Amino acid sequence: MAKWDWLEKSPATWGFVLRVVVKAAILFALCNVIYAALNPLEALGRVSLYNTLLPGRERLPYGENPEQSYSLSLNNIPAMFASHVISRPKAEGEFRVVLIGDSGVWGWFLANGDTLAGVMNEPLPQPLSLQGEGSQGSQSSDYTISQFIRAQHAVPLQMKAMETRAWHAMPLQPVGFASQVEQSGVVVYNVAYPIMSLTKDLLLLDEAMRYQPDMIVWLVTLESFPREKQLFPPLVQNNAARIRRLVEAYDLRVVDNVGQTSPPNRVRVSASREGEPENGDPGIADNINDREASRLIEPNFFGRTLIGQRRDVADWLRLQLYGFSWAATGIDQYIPDEIPLRQSDFEVDESWQNFDVPTTLTADDLAFDVLAAGIERAGNVPVLIINEPIFISEGENSDLRYNSWYPRWAYDQYRDLLAQEARVNGWQYVDLWDSIDAAEFTDSPVHLTAAGTHILAEQVRNILP
Amino acid sequence: MTFDLLAIFIAVIAAVVYTALLPARWRGWALMIASMIAIYRLQPALPIRYLDFILPTATIVIAVVCWWGTRKPEHDESARAHSRAPLQIASEDRIALGVIAALVVGMSLMRFVDADFRLTASRPPEPLWVIAALVVVGVSVVGVSVWAGLRPAPTDVDGTQKIFSRQRRVLTGMILLIVLIFVVFKTEALATALSRWLRAQAGQDMSLASMIDLNWLGFSYIAFRLIHMMRDRQSGLLPALTLRETVTYLVFFPALVAGPIDRAERFAKDFRALREKIGFDAGRWTEGITRIAIGILKKFVIADTLAQGAALNAINAAQASSTLALWALLYGYALRLFFDFSGYSDIAIGMGILFGVKLPENFDRPYLKTNLAAFWQSWHMTLSSWARFYVFSPLSRALLMRKVKSAQVVFITQMTTMGVIGLWHGVTLNFLIWGVWHGMGLFVHKQWTDRTRARYMRLSDRQKRAVMVVSWFVTFHFVVIGWVWFGLPDVGESVRVLARLVGVTLVL
Repeated sequence: MAKWDWLEKSPATWGFVLRVVVKAAILFALCNVIYAALNPLEALGRVSLYNTLLPGRERLPYGENPEQSYSLSLNNIPAMFASHVISRPKAEGEFRVVLIGDSGVWGWFLANGDTLAGVMNEPLPQPLSLQGEGSQGSQSSDYTISQFIRAQHAVPLQMKAMETRAWHAMPLQPVGFASQVEQSGVVVYNVAYPIMSLTKDLLLLDEAMRYQPDMIVWLVTLESFPREKQLFPPLVQNNAARIRRLVEAYDLRVVDNVGQTSPPNRVRVSASREGEPENGDPGIADNINDREASRLIEPNFFGRTLIGQRRDVADWLRLQLYGFSWAATGIDQYIPDEIPLRQSDFEVDESWQNFDVPTTLTADDLAFDVLAAGIERAGNVPVLIINEPIFISEGENSDLRYNSWYPRWAYDQYRDLLAQEARVNGWQYVDLWDSIDAAEFTDSPVHLTAAGTHILAEQVRNILP
Repeated sequence: MTFDLLAIFIAVIAAVVYTALLPARWRGWALMIASMIAIYRLQPALPIRYLDFILPTATIVIAVVCWWGTRKPEHDESARAHSRAPLQIASEDRIALGVIAALVVGMSLMRFVDADFRLTASRPPEPLWVIAALVVVGVSVVGVSVWAGLRPAPTDVDGTQKIFSRQRRVLTGMILLIVLIFVVFKTEALATALSRWLRAQAGQDMSLASMIDLNWLGFSYIAFRLIHMMRDRQSGLLPALTLRETVTYLVFFPALVAGPIDRAERFAKDFRALREKIGFDAGRWTEGITRIAIGILKKFVIADTLAQGAALNAINAAQASSTLALWALLYGYALRLFFDFSGYSDIAIGMGILFGVKLPENFDRPYLKTNLAAFWQSWHMTLSSWARFYVFSPLSRALLMRKVKSAQVVFITQMTTMGVIGLWHGVTLNFLIWGVWHGMGLFVHKQWTDRTRARYMRLSDRQKRAVMVVSWFVTFHFVVIGWVWFGLPDVGESVRVLARLVGVTLVL
């Protein structure tokens, strides 16, 4: 049997050292070339300690301070999903509901049990009356989603209380979507990610489809709609191949057509500030296109080698390691003792995104095509779109702005446009924009307190069949 | 800046230049100068004004004073034989003193260099102030020497003996001073008080004073090397060392941050043989680079990876939700500690080899040892042998001379030795308890082996193997559980974690 003492026994001459170094260099170069050719990062991502040795995470990993949050932000979408409970094999009879959305849905400053998914997975405290055959389900579930969609999109919620709904791991009476969940247990998965971009949502929805969802609930807000923001998240930029595939498959305008629809009478800050024509000159559009497209990071050959992807490999490894702390503590986000409050008083300022002054928004200004792509990608899986609750201020200049993000003119138009798009396209849509009291928002216009999330969860539960 | 990958890379490049371009006779000088620059370069930036310049300078001043105080009387006799004046210094030492002073003043000139190119952590004080301070310190040291009668008149008939006796007393005072400085810097309350005072002198916000303000790079190791030199001088074991040898030994840059704690006479042997070293010796370079590579793998790949969530710390200890999780974190911490520390030792040893100095080994597979005594002969070996030389042995001798019972001697010496080792890491109750934990363990081990040795010898090979496995398991877990005291900042939290390790939740 060969022994491994050859290094010690070999004469330490420079010739010997040179041979070892040359061989090592060749092997290393070869490994890099093979790595670049195989591009194994996605396959590597699907290898995970989670859900086997370690418990799966209840939300996608995200963290700017891993030492405190035991989580980190990475760009490897398969690895993110492999660390998530959703990658467990689907149990027989399980009805998978996937929540897609931003930081509000992900649960910023909320423990896992207090996120929207966490609350919706909690068994209800009251006795269940909708169990199995012969139950009187219609008494408590008489407000179905299809009815709701037909209702006026902006009306305050008037749903009947549904305290008796068996939500988690309970057999449900089939009504509307419930026909698909007969005799099944509903489990809600938090597949939101704390960045504002519908394209990011689409990217995650696309991957989530691998995990056999039975229903998708997509919570959106205006901040995710501007076309200029679609390619902004690093997660999107670093998944260029996936984005290009989605753009091609669904003819998205996030890259190739962005900015081309500006009518002549509208003022874009970026153009006017740079002294460029304010009339939707195709030249501007082209520039924006180039700029947007250049956001996508498409590695060259060197970037695909092991050296080029060392950060991604290290992130994958770190994700596995932080799994031990996650398993030990159940913590995946640092939550400070004192959470700062969102802004309530505002300057006299009605600007929003690239618009300095109130103007008329059109459907082309917002990425409705991405929303449509998501619904198309879901195929037969029903998608419920919810306009998520926002903080509505009553402070200074609140007649101009609802909150620090949204001037009233922009947000009101957005709601109208979204409802209109939903009607035209036959999307299942609910508007919950003003359904949560202002006191239940924390540091941003969409981040809820635990109590606020419980209220929202109750509302969503009631909407769902 | 700490001893990070960039610093290691620079050191290896420096070793190549040192080997390729430097004439052999300059190697010793180069090591001294490089080590002195390194203590300024590696010193972390401190919030108290000029302190990150003052502390490295203090290290150098202490090293020079130590050399002055530990010079052999014979050295002076030889000087007298050559009709030199009593305070005259050998020419090489004189040159070394000049180089050291020039270098310190030169470092203060970094004040005028752009921050990106500065070799000091922050902007140094005015060079004139530095020169004035050096003059004051020099005059004071010479004055104290004359006052204490350390430098005899040439006509003294019994000069050597007299000096030796006086020198012993002065050295005792210096050792106590070093211990005092160590205690102040390693005790949170005292360090914070000192920080507050320093901030007041510098006109800075006193409310921000903390122990971190006094992060003195490498002082724990330098202090033990100083005590070793002074104690060996007192006992006559220390050979005559030049200023260059002394300063380089005390601040040798590869061993500055995390040891090992070499012995001066061994270091001097290598230092004096630097001229004879073949420049690019393939065997030496292969060994050195291999050790550095192993060290980098241990420290920067394994240990730093374990530190990212898989090792116990004060935060996750409180957050851990189950006993099993706590055990996993504790094992992670034990491995992290070993790979971190032994990795640094490997890097130091490897670098030493490249520069021609073979530093002593510090670790020898400690977690595979089957008893606690063997563990301590293989974990931070240079620290434990230091403690054996300067605490255990003298204390044992003193107790035995007082006719104290053997078991009591073993108990007292082991508890004291391990207590000192514990407190060396920091003057806190937790470190003391950790030391006592091991002291108790060593005592119990000694009593156990004394009583069971005969029975053990009668066992069959198979039975002996079984005993070995059990012994390893018990030793490993004794050490691992002991790390709870070491890794957590306060006693209450440590007790809570220890209780939770056995499934008990305490509310303290």
